[in-house]
Amino acid sequence: MSESRPGEAGAVPQARGVLLEVRGLTKRFGSVVANEDVSLQLRRGEVLALLGENGAGKTTLVKMLFGLHRPDGGEIRLAGEAVRLRSPRDAIARGIGMVHQHFQLVPVMTVAENVVLGAEPTRRRFVDRRRAAAEVRELSERFGLAVDPDAVVEDLPIGAQQRVEIIKALYRGAEILILDEPSAVLTPEETDELLGVVAELAARGVGIVLITHKLREVMEAADRVVVLRDGRVVGEVAPADTDEAGLAALMVGRSVVLRIDKQPASPGEPVLGIQGLEVDDDRGRRAVTGLDLEVRAGEIVGVAGVQGNGQRELAEAICGMRPRIGGCVLLQDRDITGLGARAIHDLGVAHIPEDRDKHGLVGSYSVADDLVLNRFDEPGFARWGRRDRAAVQRWAEQLIAEFDVRTPDVHAPADSLSGGNKQKLIVARELSRASVLVVAAQPTRGVDVGSIEFIHRQLVAARDRGAAVLVISAELEELLAVSDRIAVMRDGRIAATFAGASATPEAIGLVMGGATGH
Amino acid sequence: MAGSLVAAFAAYGIWGFRATAVLGFAVRSSTPLALAAMCGILCERTGVIDIGIEGQMLLGAFAGFFGAAAFGVVAGVFAAVAVGALVGAFLALCAVTWRVDQIIAGAVINIAAAGFTSFLYRPGRVIGSLPAWRIPLLGDLPLLGPVLFRAQPLTYLTVVVVIGLQVTLVRTPWGRRTTAVGEHPGAADTVGIDVARYRYGNVVAGGALAGLAGALLSVEITGSFDRGMTAGRGFLALAIVIMGRWKPVAAWAAALFFGVLTGLVNQLNFGQVIDIPPQFVAMLPYATTIVVLAIFGTRVRPPAAAGRPYP
Repeated sequence: MSESRPGEAGAVPQARGVLLEVRGLTKRFGSVVANEDVSLQLRRGEVLALLGENGAGKTTLVKMLFGLHRPDGGEIRLAGEAVRLRSPRDAIARGIGMVHQHFQLVPVMTVAENVVLGAEPTRRRFVDRRRAAAEVRELSERFGLAVDPDAVVEDLPIGAQQRVEIIKALYRGAEILILDEPSAVLTPEETDELLGVVAELAARGVGIVLITHKLREVMEAADRVVVLRDGRVVGEVAPADTDEAGLAALMVGRSVVLRIDKQPASPGEPVLGIQGLEVDDDRGRRAVTGLDLEVRAGEIVGVAGVQGNGQRELAEAICGMRPRIGGCVLLQDRDITGLGARAIHDLGVAHIPEDRDKHGLVGSYSVADDLVLNRFDEPGFARWGRRDRAAVQRWAEQLIAEFDVRTPDVHAPADSLSGGNKQKLIVARELSRASVLVVAAQPTRGVDVGSIEFIHRQLVAARDRGAAVLVISAELEELLAVSDRIAVMRDGRIAATFAGASATPEAIGLVMGGATGH
Repeated sequence: MAGSLVAAFAAYGIWGFRATAVLGFAVRSSTPLALAAMCGILCERTGVIDIGIEGQMLLGAFAGFFGAAAFGVVAGVFAAVAVGALVGAFLALCAVTWRVDQIIAGAVINIAAAGFTSFLYRPGRVIGSLPAWRIPLLGDLPLLGPVLFRAQPLTYLTVVVVIGLQVTLVRTPWGRRTTAVGEHPGAADTVGIDVARYRYGNVVAGGALAGLAGALLSVEITGSFDRGMTAGRGFLALAIVIMGRWKPVAAWAAALFFGVLTGLVNQLNFGQVIDIPPQFVAMLPYATTIVVLAIFGTRVRPPAAAGRPYP
């Protein structure tokens, strides 16, 4: 444990040789085939996008490349040499770095400490902090990854934490960098920054495997795209030779409508009325500062805004998960300001929470139990205080079919599902119940195009049934696709409101960024 | 630390002649607590909760006493350390390899230690304890001399352990990796740190310190062994770990604070200034811990992975 390796990152641009080659790679989990006969190549200085739906086998593939899974067949060749990667340590030693979907950073330690962890520069047996910080600074300048080496990781925004992960891989001398759905946790601005970093790294000779299901990123950043479906490679194209619709069709296996058709809204009575609402964030700072908003029956109101302008606190306050400091919230003219989450739920408010793992489901429960999490005690699912398991199972099977939740069966633990399928599970539960108001926060985060289309249709269907729908999203595309009106939130207030038809990304972006609304 | 200083000054001003007694008591009573707390810190910072410190201390005291009786004082100390480490290895086996609930494993250690030592206990044998080392010049200082510089060897050793642990935890690769393993074992694992090895190593080392704390009681302070002679000190050490926020020097300060507090109340009782039954005096540290935690509770955060097996 005493060996310490100074940062030797800096893959220099050389001949565009093949860094990584995969031949006929196969992986099975029990009877499920996760990857079958996958072959691909990665060259120096190239951005290879791995595109596929949730559960198409992208993550399994890169886990094999990083030594987290052992292949059942096929081989991995690095610089022309067949290798067996038994652990992440093996992979790192051979110049493979990976940025995981869930960051592998120690929150209480500093950036520099995290970067050098396990390979610390030492001076007389002590960690040489000055050199560690200098290494981080050097890497961050060389690759345009702005980050303060002395900052404590938990205080950093998600985008900066991701940059720390990239620096960590580069410090260990990574020539191949695997990014597992890096944009899933980022705001649109942060995503743009990330794509810039990816281009910079590639220009300096790093080979990059970019896993994503966002077509825009592929079109923008990739040199080549390998599309996976059901564990197999179904196509390999250059972005220049195709377009988003073409990629989507390849990925899903059918043509996908990227912008859904919907009838114009016919708003009815006001359902949600918010007046002068004030809410604090987790640190006790005022996040929502006197907000007024109205959502009528039969309309979808989208809330746009740069992340951290009070959107999360707004959603949680409406749903009774966060104390309201001032102002009032009316639901069908009834003051629900003081009510708790359960009482508000019982009044017919559906909530798709932003943090699905923390507030959306119980990971250790089965899919079936999570699907009735909010109504397990209703007469249909329980009798005389005893649960009717058969009824729950029937209902769950119906829902997973209807909402296309990909799971072996309804008894599998929810945690075994991929992120997108967890999201569909929550949407299925929340939208299958009659409700007067739907509060959907980041409803399609981490979900692939085919499912995004589906979830958007469900939100519109809820509207058409007469529910008031409030969609809070960091994706402007999404808000433009589903909203009848778009309210832009800034500094805890609504800065401007646009009619859905007349809204443009440019106009909204301007207000988000600080211009005065009209 | 500040609290103990204030208390000490108050004591010196009002009952000057008793200050030496109060501080002497504080140092004597806090040393085994501080050592035991170091065991708690080592284990918890690496992600294993050791609720069995009490049992490890008791076995250490037992082994120390009988080792000393048979082969001499130094052998006794080594026996205590070895037995503590052995019990630590058992805890690591339960917590890391078998993935047993760590609270239950610790409770088993406590119960087994109490039963085992009671069963083998033979009363009446008393040995000589470790001689005090008087440090030249410093030992002649008024007040501080008798309190700090005429102590016994294990007391000095404790100071070295506490400061050494503080420095190594914060400054060395081992310390940073230990912290990573206790906070986010997944992150440690993906950069090639062997989580199980670190946990085994630290829990065994922690056990050795708990054993040493036991030897302090039997070989250094009393020179005898009694049934249940640890009297809850292992649990108090857990409170001290929390009060010290998992930092060695801060935990030592917390131990000293409890020592001064208890010493002060004892002296007031002896002087018949107040009349508090000794049982309530014994409660004092625990009550203080609860009050302090109630006030500062939200700012006290244990290592994130403490108590959770990995993977």
